[in-house]
Amino acid sequence: MSAKNPEYDFKWCPGCGDFGVRRALEFGLQDYSSYHEQPMSNSVVIAGIGCSGNLVHLVEGEQPYGFHGIHGRTLPIAFGAKMARPELNVVVVAGDGDFLSIGMEHIAPQAARNLDICCVVMDNGVYGLTKGQSSPTTDLGVITTSTPYGKMEGDLNPLDYYLSIGVSFIASGYSSKPKDLGKLIQAGMEHKGFSIVHVMSPCTTYNDTYEQLKGNAKKGIEPIIFDVPASHNVTDREAARKLVSTSKVPIGIVYKNERPSLDKRLVELQGRVKVRSLQAQLDGFDL
Amino acid sequence: MAKRHDFVVRFAGEGGQGVVTAAEALARIAADVGYHGLTFSTFPSQILGGPTWTQARISTKPVLSPGDAVDVLVALNEDAFETHKEDLGPEGVIVYDSSFTPKSSGRMFGLPFDDLAKEAGDIRTANMVMMGALANLVGMPIKYLQDFIVNRYLSRGQAIVDANMKAIASGSSGAAATTFQIGELEPPTKPTYKQTMIKGNEAVALGSLAAGLEVYIGYPISPATPILLHMERNLIGPGKFAYQSSSEIESITSIIGAGYAGKKSMTATSGPGLSLMAEGIGLAWMAEIPCVIVNVQRGGPATGLPTKTEQSDLNMALTPAHGDTLIPVIAPGSVEECFYAAALAMNWAERYQGPVILLSEMSLAERAQNIPKPDLSKVAQETRKVYTGTNGYERYDGYELSPMPLPGKPGAYVANGSEHDSMGDTTHLPSRHIQMTTRRFSKLHLLEENVYEAENNGASVAVVPWGGSRGPSREAFEQLTAQGVKNVGWYYTMRINPLPPKMLEELRKKDLVIVPELNYLGQFSAYLRGLGVKAESITQYTGLPFRPTALASHIKELAGKHARKAVRA
Repeated sequence: MSAKNPEYDFKWCPGCGDFGVRRALEFGLQDYSSYHEQPMSNSVVIAGIGCSGNLVHLVEGEQPYGFHGIHGRTLPIAFGAKMARPELNVVVVAGDGDFLSIGMEHIAPQAARNLDICCVVMDNGVYGLTKGQSSPTTDLGVITTSTPYGKMEGDLNPLDYYLSIGVSFIASGYSSKPKDLGKLIQAGMEHKGFSIVHVMSPCTTYNDTYEQLKGNAKKGIEPIIFDVPASHNVTDREAARKLVSTSKVPIGIVYKNERPSLDKRLVELQGRVKVRSLQAQLDGFDL
Repeated sequence: MAKRHDFVVRFAGEGGQGVVTAAEALARIAADVGYHGLTFSTFPSQILGGPTWTQARISTKPVLSPGDAVDVLVALNEDAFETHKEDLGPEGVIVYDSSFTPKSSGRMFGLPFDDLAKEAGDIRTANMVMMGALANLVGMPIKYLQDFIVNRYLSRGQAIVDANMKAIASGSSGAAATTFQIGELEPPTKPTYKQTMIKGNEAVALGSLAAGLEVYIGYPISPATPILLHMERNLIGPGKFAYQSSSEIESITSIIGAGYAGKKSMTATSGPGLSLMAEGIGLAWMAEIPCVIVNVQRGGPATGLPTKTEQSDLNMALTPAHGDTLIPVIAPGSVEECFYAAALAMNWAERYQGPVILLSEMSLAERAQNIPKPDLSKVAQETRKVYTGTNGYERYDGYELSPMPLPGKPGAYVANGSEHDSMGDTTHLPSRHIQMTTRRFSKLHLLEENVYEAENNGASVAVVPWGGSRGPSREAFEQLTAQGVKNVGWYYTMRINPLPPKMLEELRKKDLVIVPELNYLGQFSAYLRGLGVKAESITQYTGLPFRPTALASHIKELAGKHARKAVRA
């Protein structure tokens, strides 16, 4: 699990946004580890399949545990790991295809449970690894290899979706600002509940959006990204909805809500319920 | 009057008429006084109503199967009467509810169950009216019923006891007024060992807990749901977690997450759920994560027959996932074995670090039976080999099992569902795919155990059932032995993959292995043929278990054909 492993034969394209996300995740994990005085091995990174999934193999320095699973199932694997061992710091890394298309069914249940994990979602608006098909965040009408005459369905607004299903911490980041992104990821890890850091992470091969995101004054292109205003009240859901409901992308913490996470509710239940021993369970079937 | 050592009673009616509880009550009453009882139920897949029937078989010896023809049919409505009258044996008697008048006549009589219950003082005693009539028909002393009532209901007050006593008396005298009798049941010999009355699903739940299950995550599905319910109620405490998932895909992948984190984890489902779990089971095999998947078989494919029994998921259990896999499979053949099979499945998963499938079936899962009470202190608890060294460990090094690092401790690696190198990093090198494939299959040898039944093993023909067909096959085998059939032996194991090597070796020497199984394809015999055994199936795909006597004649016929062939050769 190091970039230096000669056998490891996966490479991202030059300029891929995921390089920045990887760096940011390293910052976030290191800061989390030193702040809590925990070994890195107390953190678990669970990845799906796609370009984003390979992030789990490329973390430099002291290594966290990793799980490179199957397409779309990062969240349930994380659910099992976290509830088995609530003391672990569990982080999910996934792309827009893995998380929002095949894995979509798993987001709402974790939001309802308020599972205490942090998800880093890399959104490049395209399926990169399978070479350029449309994803849920590809815009209406866009031509991709799988939409040769233009995409026939509208694009999903992920931040608005997260808000609607009750995700308790929502942040939006940009891969070219790894230091800032690292802080957002760390804030997501610190949040006691289900957190998603949704990152614009462009694909230089199939959907190069750097210029649109950053803007280009010379060409007269207005940037899509903007910093969340300091005046934004992150606990105000309606304000958050307004913030994410434009054609632009806010960068920063969008929404935060404090409520008990599933592991806390489990501890509460364990304290409240009188448990029968296994022998008593068996005795219950006596003749 | 003819002495009998067992009889079969079927209760048929509409869901919600107490049909299910009647069979269970009868089995419990019988077991209470020292008989052996076993129930079989089948209901429509709906909450209330619909044609439902259950039966109980009561015997002086431990019961192996739901049995053959029905001795007493209790028909609660005309539909039930018409549907089930054909299953009545030649000496059988039908007791019907006098709310209708049957179109046919014969060995039958009506009783107004509800009216008699009301006269006894409590409408809820209708079941006891039936029990009283039954006891009279089969010559079972009424005292047994009375003892049961006192044991069961005295704590709830004398009035309830009195009502039940009156109900029994009126049912009994109603039957006595007719001339029908089906014999006299031999007195019971009460077992000297401790007993418990339990269903297969609950035995699976308790067996897995006895082996140290810590995390259970499952999705409701018939007929596996009672396992989920037992866990939600009881698997509570520090380090434990039981939860209802949002789908079977979530069930399998989340128990893999728990297994990866170091916990003994399990899910339970039935056919459609197993189909959804296919990719996840492949992941557990590939990434070498211990976990147990219970599949309570029902009729398939697709939604199939949700409340009927079948043994048609064997092929899928062995190779549920794409690619090269051969998942360890354990299939219990009785309610008692459900307990020990579940414990063994937990231990196998820990021992070889991978997924294990426990293949139960509807007829076992919903069967209530008195069994010797398991001694929890004697259940083995195995725990995976855990890595305890420093960082830099190569988790997937070598061609055999190696200790597994757990998050929180040194030895960080990537558990990987893609082909990987020794650190768990993705690779496509041919040499690595060879190494890792060999490694994954080599671990199966750790599960080879020579535990099996063998009888008359000199015979050139053998009956080798699997799973829930064990009971009817055993009865058939005993019938044939009693008839003097000499050239048929008996083998049985719940260890389906890997099979006990010595048993396989013996089966390979047989001229013919006969496999009674409840599916169309003959899945177990095909599996045995693939292993070099000359196996042939007797198949049945009605959604119901085999009947022992009919099965015995099938076996005799097949063995006979084989004998003639051998002579000609």
